[in-house]
Amino acid sequence: MRRDLLTSALAAVVMTVALGVVYPLAITGISQVVFPGKANGSKLSLGGKVVGSRLIGQDFKGKPAYFQSRPSATEYSGNVTYFSNLGPNSVEAREAVRKNLAAYLRRERPYDPELRQSVPVDAVTESASGVDPHISQANAWIQAHRVAAVRGLSLAEVDDLIATHTDGRSLGLLGEPGVNVLQLNIALEKEAPLK
Amino acid sequence: MAQGWMQISIFIAVLVGLVKPVGIYMARVFTNQRVFLSPVVGPVERIAYRALRVRPNEGQNWKGYARSLIVFSLLFWIVLYLILRTQGIHPLNPEGFKSAPWDLNFNTASSFITNTNWQYYGGETTLSYFSQMAGLAVQNFVSAAVGIAVVVALIRGIVARSGREIGNFWQDLIRVLLYILLPISIVGALLLVSQGVIQSLGHATVIHTLAGGTQTLAQGPVASQEAIKELGTNGGGFFNVNSAFPFENPTGMTNFFELLLILVIPASLSYTYGRMVGSQRQGWAIFAVMFVLFVSGVAVVYVAEQHGTPSQHLAGLNTHAFHGSTGGNMEGKEQRFGIADTSLWTAVTTVTSCGAVNGAFESLTGLGQAVPFANLGFGEVIFGGAGAGLYSMLLYVILAVFIGGLMVGRTPEYLGKKIGAREIKLVALGILVTPLFALLSSGLASATRLGTRSIYAGINPQGFSETLYAYLSQANNNGSALAGYTGFIQPNAPGNAGAFGISFADLLGGAVMIGARFLPILFVLAVAGSLAGKKISPAGLGTMRTDNPTFVFLLVGVVILVGALTFFPAILLGPIVQSLTTRLF
Repeated sequence: MRRDLLTSALAAVVMTVALGVVYPLAITGISQVVFPGKANGSKLSLGGKVVGSRLIGQDFKGKPAYFQSRPSATEYSGNVTYFSNLGPNSVEAREAVRKNLAAYLRRERPYDPELRQSVPVDAVTESASGVDPHISQANAWIQAHRVAAVRGLSLAEVDDLIATHTDGRSLGLLGEPGVNVLQLNIALEKEAPLK
Repeated sequence: MAQGWMQISIFIAVLVGLVKPVGIYMARVFTNQRVFLSPVVGPVERIAYRALRVRPNEGQNWKGYARSLIVFSLLFWIVLYLILRTQGIHPLNPEGFKSAPWDLNFNTASSFITNTNWQYYGGETTLSYFSQMAGLAVQNFVSAAVGIAVVVALIRGIVARSGREIGNFWQDLIRVLLYILLPISIVGALLLVSQGVIQSLGHATVIHTLAGGTQTLAQGPVASQEAIKELGTNGGGFFNVNSAFPFENPTGMTNFFELLLILVIPASLSYTYGRMVGSQRQGWAIFAVMFVLFVSGVAVVYVAEQHGTPSQHLAGLNTHAFHGSTGGNMEGKEQRFGIADTSLWTAVTTVTSCGAVNGAFESLTGLGQAVPFANLGFGEVIFGGAGAGLYSMLLYVILAVFIGGLMVGRTPEYLGKKIGAREIKLVALGILVTPLFALLSSGLASATRLGTRSIYAGINPQGFSETLYAYLSQANNNGSALAGYTGFIQPNAPGNAGAFGISFADLLGGAVMIGARFLPILFVLAVAGSLAGKKISPAGLGTMRTDNPTFVFLLVGVVILVGALTFFPAILLGPIVQSLTTRLF
């Protein structure tokens, strides 16, 4: 028993130092040298100023010249995260989807009159992280009509930008393709800046 | 859906491919043989023995093994609690977080010491980098190593030729850490950083967004914790939304890799087992049982999630897939993972005792939720936690042997060892302790005002699901949650509804986790000690075989039967009701 206590006490100290301090600090050191950009959050700049991270979605609500991110429970917080936690049979979930659907149609239909029942699900449901950096391609193709009109670009030009900023499946196989909203909007700012 | 099925198939194929090489490697580690890492790790191992005053190769009987394990875990519980309690005075705390209340710390310490990683807190708003690194991540390593040590001891008991010793706890612990968990975590963490998982110690950065607002971007030593969080089937996220947050899991590739990390040890242990008992077929039989139950679960979740929810359909949303959109229930899911990968993750994280999530469990469809419930109800034996899964499954194996023996009218024996009254009593206790904890605590929480305060969804099937799942998850040391339960709003988040101060849930949950982790471990070690002392009798004509399809079928039946009889009535009231109705609550 006394030997168990002694070994336990020694183990607690040694393991805390080795696994809790040395290991993470070593990984941090290597990462900061070898992958400094990624280790610090894959930040994106425009005109020399950091405007966000390519992995963290942003809020573009009320700005028709930009592609819109998915709805967020956290108002796109990059440091306080939680789920909306609406159940599958919840009245609140129905109301939320209804509201998001109506808002989406109100925003996009003036520019895309053929838009009816084919609203992609990602456009009106909240992401898990609250900062999903992507939207589906279908969602982007619909929004392209509005962005093209507001920015005075042709639909083909905007669709080209969408294609450029679509993150395909990893290795062509894993995950789902998604359009990176922040990168796409930065590209728009470079191609056709707002007056 | 074809592409989704293909992704799932690729994952399963890669996993199955890893089972043999990893299984062999682990068997060599557990039997003190040379492995390719020995030239590097060997010297460290010897230093560790000397520093910790361990006499390697000094065998312990089951009581000695259990005593070392309990003393070690208890002492580390105290250390972790103190680290969390004194958070304010530690370094690496750029946001200046003070300690959480004592009851929350009690829950958290119990949670991480037991490999559960149930979280009533949000990491990024409650804990300093120091607490995450030196407190929680250490337990991610250690609690997993303890689980693996226990199964190794049990295997030694099964193969021992009438002795008393089942190995040396300290040696097992140290070898598992040095040869298995640490090397894979180092490689895994660096791989994750190379794909975009963050690893830094700075203050969260405030940036001006493109649209003219501001956004605070979190920082932290995430990758180093992420790797062992998955590998050790721990599951406690650095961030509150766990592996759904892009800084923990940025791409389809990292998602695939993290899933492999979760399953690789539990799945490969079945091969290790076959090797150590001297019959690979015995290992494959157990693997087959786990595999069948796992794949069925994946298929059900995927089909259910692709269908969408009643709330979405009643809101007039078309949830069919079409060109450029996955369709399905995307509420609480990330675009880069889509329906298929989130469904796969849901099954993987609940068959193992991992509990990390890459989407919101609470927003799964009714049937999609039923699968995690079932996986937990089966007692985390479908691959299960690192070590814990196999030792729990071996209890079921012995039970199946006993039932099979009764059917054919022979004295039950397993691998040449007679299963007597003492073993079967211990096995029954080991199997029943967890459900007992789960049902008693969720009953208590559902029936009292103190308990129902924690419910977020209201007094309806979903609210009941939250409660039942919370205690089922904690009793099985899983840690995933229908996260509305108590933890919806974080302590420091705007509009906090008071996740803090719900002492009832903190204390009950903490006690459940400890009881449902260490009591079964004691029963398992007692079984190991009991079997170790038995002579091996040669198999005769009348011996029931435990390595053929008939036995696989019997074992699947026993697992389902015990789980269903125990939990079906309760699960009926939650997810099954919701999957059968389009009524909203």
